[in-house]
This record gives sequence, C-alpha cells and structure tokens, in this order.
Amino acid sequence: MSGALVLGAVAYDAKVVPIWDGFRAYFAARDLAFDYVLYTNYERQVDAQLRGEVDVAWNSPLAWIDVAARRRDAQAIAMRDTDRDLTSVVLVRDSGPIRALGDLRGKRVGVGAADSPQATLIPLVELAEAGIDVQPVRHDVLLGKHGDHIGGERDAVKALLAGDVDAACVIDGNHVAFAREGLFAPNALRAIHHTGRYDHCNMTVLGELSPQLARFRELLLAMSYDDPAVRPLLDLEGLKAWLPGRTTGYALLARAVERFGHPGRR
Amino acid sequence: MTVERTPPGAVVELGDLGMAEGAHLLIARALAAAPHVLVRGNAPTLAIDLPAWCRAHGHAIEPAGGGFAIARSPHDRWRDAERAGDASPAGVVEVAPARWGLAARGALVEAGAPTLDLALADRRAIWADEAARLYAQAAAAQWDPQTAIAWDAAGELPAAVEAAVVQVMTYLIENETAALLVPVRFLGRLHPHFREVMQLLAIQAADEARHIEVFTRRARRRGDALGVSTAGGQASLASLFDEPEFAIASFLLSVLGEGSFLLLLQFLRDHAPDLVTRDVARLAAQDEARHVAFGLAHLARHTREEPGLRDRLAASIERRHAALAHTSGLNAEVFDALILLAAGSWDPAALRAGHAAVTTLVRAMHEARAQHLVRLGFAPARADALSALHTRNFM
Repeated sequence: MSGALVLGAVAYDAKVVPIWDGFRAYFAARDLAFDYVLYTNYERQVDAQLRGEVDVAWNSPLAWIDVAARRRDAQAIAMRDTDRDLTSVVLVRDSGPIRALGDLRGKRVGVGAADSPQATLIPLVELAEAGIDVQPVRHDVLLGKHGDHIGGERDAVKALLAGDVDAACVIDGNHVAFAREGLFAPNALRAIHHTGRYDHCNMTVLGELSPQLARFRELLLAMSYDDPAVRPLLDLEGLKAWLPGRTTGYALLARAVERFGHPGRR
Repeated sequence: MTVERTPPGAVVELGDLGMAEGAHLLIARALAAAPHVLVRGNAPTLAIDLPAWCRAHGHAIEPAGGGFAIARSPHDRWRDAERAGDASPAGVVEVAPARWGLAARGALVEAGAPTLDLALADRRAIWADEAARLYAQAAAAQWDPQTAIAWDAAGELPAAVEAAVVQVMTYLIENETAALLVPVRFLGRLHPHFREVMQLLAIQAADEARHIEVFTRRARRRGDALGVSTAGGQASLASLFDEPEFAIASFLLSVLGEGSFLLLLQFLRDHAPDLVTRDVARLAAQDEARHVAFGLAHLARHTREEPGLRDRLAASIERRHAALAHTSGLNAEVFDALILLAAGSWDPAALRAGHAAVTTLVRAMHEARAQHLVRLGFAPARADALSALHTRNFM
C-alpha cells in the first residue's frame, strides 16, 4: 500500500474497523489507494499527523483545537452533516429542588469523560462563564477518546438518577436516546440549560491539498445515502451526507480549552 | 439547507407529547405526506430533542410560526427498494432473486440487503399450486401422539408376533428417518419466496418426526430391544441422499418411495394384530398420503412444463436400480415379519393367509407406482417396466 493516502482514526469502538475497511473498498473501487491507521487516543493521532505519518486525520473537535493551535495551516476539509450545530443540555431531577442554573452553585454536576467536549468541557465553560462554580464529577469512560464513547454520559445520568450528583450533562441527542432505552421515565428529568451550538468532528489536513487529498475529499462528498452499497457505511458512521468542513463551530470549545486547558495535554 | 415556507395544512400539533414518548411518529407520518411540515408542541424538552432528531434523520429544521419548520431529508433509504413479488400465491415469480433474501413475499425490500444464495429458486422445479391447500390440510390434521393412540390398550401378543411387529417398526423408523432428512436438505436450500412449499416441507418433516416417535414407542412397548437394520436397506435409503436435484429426489422418495410406503402403512392398519400398531399405521398413512400428493402435484406440473424431465426421472430409476443391483433388496427379516404379523400366529392356515396378503401388497405397490408414473406422462408399458425397477426395499 505504499503511496496510498493514509487516514488516521481513533478506535473508540470495534465497529471502527468495518467502517474504515468499508471506506477503503469504496475508495479502491474508484481508483484511490487508501489505507488507515488506528490510534488508541486522539493525542497520539494528532502527534502522528504533526510528524507527517497520516495525510488526513478524522479528528474530534478537541483534537481539531489541539492541532489547529500547533499548525496555522491546519484545515478542516469535510465533516458529517450530523457534526454541525450540536447542543448539550444540563439535566436535573424534575422532583428535586434545582429549578434554575443558579441553583447549581456549589453543587455536584455529573459530566462525561474529562476530555469530552459535549458532556464536560462545553457545559462546564458555559457554567463558568455564567459565574456559577460547581463541583464537576467526572465519568471517565475511555479517556483519550474525547467522549466518543457514550458510556460516560450514560454514567452521569445514572448518577443523577441515583442522587449521587445534582445535575448531569449530555449531548442533545442522548437525552431522547437515554429516555427511549428506558434509562429514565419521560419528564423525570428537567433540562435547566441548553448550550449554544457547536460543531463536532472533521477531516483535518495540514497544508495544501495534494491531488490525492483533493480526490479523497471529492469522493467523500460524493458518497450518497441513496446508494445501497454506501448506505451501510454512512449508517455505521452516523451520517446522511458528508459536507465541506467549516471551523466556525468550535468557538465554545476553544473558550473551554483556554479556560481549563486541554485535559490530555496538561 | 434552507427550510422553505410550510404549505398550509402540513401542521403537526404535538400538545405535550414528547419526542421520547412517540411524538416522532406523528412527525414522520407528516413528513411522509408532505416535504415541509410545521411542528408545534409544549413538551418541556421539545426544543432540545426535536432538532437533535432532525439532525440524525437528515431533516432541516428552524424555528418558525411558534414552533419548528421542518424540511424533509433529501436522502431516501427506499429509493431503489423493490417489491418481492406479491403476497398471494399468484404472485410467485419464475425465478426468485437472491437479493430478496429472507424478505416476506410481497414485502418492500431495501436495496443493498444481503443476498442469500439459495439454489432452489426456480418456480418450475419446486412449485405446486396445491401446496397451500396441502399445508392447510396438514396443519389441521396434526395429531398428538400422546392422545391419538390408545397406548394402554389391553392385549399381549405371542412373543414371535410381537417380535415381528418390533422388526417392522424398526424398518419403518429407518425409512421415516430418510423421509425426514432428505427433504429437509432441500428445504435448507429453498428460496423462502416459495412460502407455501417451504411451509409444506417443514410440516412434512414434523409429520415424519411424529411417525418416528410413535413407531419407536410402539417398538418399545414390551421391551427395549429393536429389530435389525440391514446393509441393503440402508444402501437403498442412502442412494436418496445422493440426488442433487429436487425433482429427482422428490420423485424417488415421495412418489415412488412414499407411494409404496403408503400402501404398507395401510396394510399394517388393516392387518396388524394389535390396536396400537393399527393406530400408528393409520395415522401415519393419513400424513403420507399428503406427502405423495405434493410430490405428484409438483412433478406433474414440472413434467408438463419441461417434458425432458421425464427422461431424467426414468434414468434416475434405472441408475438407482443398477446401483442397488448388488444388494438384496427388502431384507428377509422384514418380509417374513410382515407375513407373521399379518398371520398373527404360527398356525399354517394363518401363515398362508399372511403370505398371500403380503404378496398382494407387493403387487398393489407395483400397480400404484405404475399409476403414478402414468400420471406423470409415462406410457403404461414404460410405467410398468420402470415400476418393476423400483427398489425392493419399498423406499
């Protein structure tokens, strides 16, 4: 596979292998030699890209902030439609005494993994910016994977239901997902805060796009959900369409990193 | 994506129904009917949950009109979906495509579903219009081995007659085992598009399972020792496993084999010396008649559509005859057991009558096979000659 375009991805779940094997077959069928390398954590992946070991990195938003701080020529060339305009929520028990964000002052707030943008860094920076000091209680499932694993958020909600914390932070989609899986009864939890919008993962490259990378991006954006051969890959990766990358959705997270530091780089 | 103006009428009022309580069904229904929908509701977390749901489903959403304007996703999982024929028996296709897989006949199948390469996918080779009716009959006629037979009926046979019954049961079990396993091997390769045939083969297998049960139970009524199993009998049955073509296996097993077997069971029903043996034979014969009917029905249809099949059927009898020429055919133990069973005692007059009855049975089997062959389009003389080549093991 020498000469192949190499993508870096983090193995947050076993399904990552069939996903990228599927992409490799998709690209091969279109005469683009493609291979991938899996990392156990985003910090190692960022370091590898900085050393030139991967041509494109499938980065978490925190990994993007990390690499963009080190290389001014980093660019986001593509992202999923589902990576845009996410929000997070701060949940409390509906039957409990906490009715507003201000009531959380000094309270225990269940968050996800220390490096989870959606379940930790973004909710906490909004609380901090509102002048509300809380005691974060982390639920570190798979550190280094930047909250890609859903377990940390689920544990935070379980802690809230058990009364171990006074609030829990989750990404918007997990609010319904957890209710549907029966983790809590509808309306048993109340949302007292809805964060601003932010973007999630992107395909990061450094410097100018080589013809090979341009072709990669072109083929990625051409993937159609209507194509039955491609659809299973998109379903696995959780998107309907690839969109051009944008970097306007990372301001909230950048403020969090500025305030708290990068949890994996301290 | 920009959400266009919502046309009047496409408004979903959710009230306080939340997205974790089924609200998504109302929205999905509206979006199936109209590309632009206005959703209003006052569930506490609607503003959190609805945009997240839309994002996951590729729908565009923005606040509007005291609620949310949603534009249907342009991505459609069902764009190239295909109907897998028609649910009615009339909707059976000539060749069922592997891409329909396990889908119910008549279902809308998503493009890209895994293909299931099942070799028996050609209507001509397997279909019979009678399959649905025969299946319904079979389902209605299932009997409970525990209650359908008078297991505790009084009466003890002379030891030699009991041993003859046990030998015949041993032979029946062996034959019914073949009658279960041979069709099931084809069932495992049958395209489920041919639902009625699949169901019928499945219930036939269940029939044979019950037959094996009741024959075994009858054999063990007075003791655990069963009769003998001969190399020749097994060679005859084993040859059925070698037939790769459904039509030929079905011809040899169902039409010729079970056709002969049916008469044997009727013989036992009429001549057995005890009520339990008569009962098990009577009940099994009812089921076997359906098996023969299905074999005849699909082969009659198949030979009409493909006259050349007749030559292959004839060749299969000749080939099997040659392969079994070195074997002794029906073992003497079974033949003699039938005579003694029909005689019911060592009395010479009874033995003479028993022998005559078995001779009549063998002749009747030959005539029935010849009739079946005529039904499949063979000339009477040819049918007679071919029937004579049928395995002397009966099945």
